[in-house]
Amino acid sequence: MAKKKMKIRAWIDGSKASVKAILFHPMETGLRKDKATGKKIPPLYITEVTCEHNGKNVLTCLWGPGVSKNPFLSFRFNNAKKGDKLKISWADNTGASDNAETTLK
Amino acid sequence: MTNTRRIFLKASLAASTLAVAAGANLLTPRSVLAAWPAKAFNAKKMDEAMTGIIGGTQTTPSPDITVEAPDIAENGAVVSVTIKTSLPKVESISVFVPVNAYPLASSYNLSSSTDGFITGRIKMAKTSPVIAVVKSNGKLYSARKSVKVTLGGCGG
Repeated sequence: MAKKKMKIRAWIDGSKASVKAILFHPMETGLRKDKATGKKIPPLYITEVTCEHNGKNVLTCLWGPGVSKNPFLSFRFNNAKKGDKLKISWADNTGASDNAETTLK
Repeated sequence: MTNTRRIFLKASLAASTLAVAAGANLLTPRSVLAAWPAKAFNAKKMDEAMTGIIGGTQTTPSPDITVEAPDIAENGAVVSVTIKTSLPKVESISVFVPVNAYPLASSYNLSSSTDGFITGRIKMAKTSPVIAVVKSNGKLYSARKSVKVTLGGCGG
């Protein structure tokens, strides 16, 4: 089985929904050199992350190579209730992408 | 954390700093999504990056924005930054690190139901202010916080 690429926790906190997510991604800037070969490590980083609450976009993250390895993201939104769906999708600069869905607790 | 690991990290980061200097104009073509503003993210200068992502360089310092980041970051590769704002109608929050090879670290487009609250982790090449620019009601507001970086992390 492929390595898990994302962890999401989403829950209702009072009147708001809180979300915490970690995406597993190397986030290479393209500026780093491989010490053994002296060659540059090609850039590989997430460019766009979209978060959808019941199919409606709540947050779009535009990321550059300045975001850390295995990026962490946390945000809050309103008008949510227990059992709602939250979907997070990402795409990187090579065109690779993935998504994961969770239910608000 | 063992001593050998420290040394290894220092060595690898020193190598990557050289790579930053040498690789300034080496940008490989990449397939990007239509919405991703490549120009802003590839900009080397703060002004270009700001114009590219938020359409202007003039911002008003605002007490309604808080940038939460450590005073001293031991490892520049992972600096946790939280941006909070109580401004109304927040459209986007952008995070800049002026000393980085690419000053624009990230930008978040918020929907009307999303709170002015974002946490993320960014890389910092060296000691620098972290600048948050919030677009609220069509206007640009900013806040900053200085972070002292003892071990740079932007080449890597």
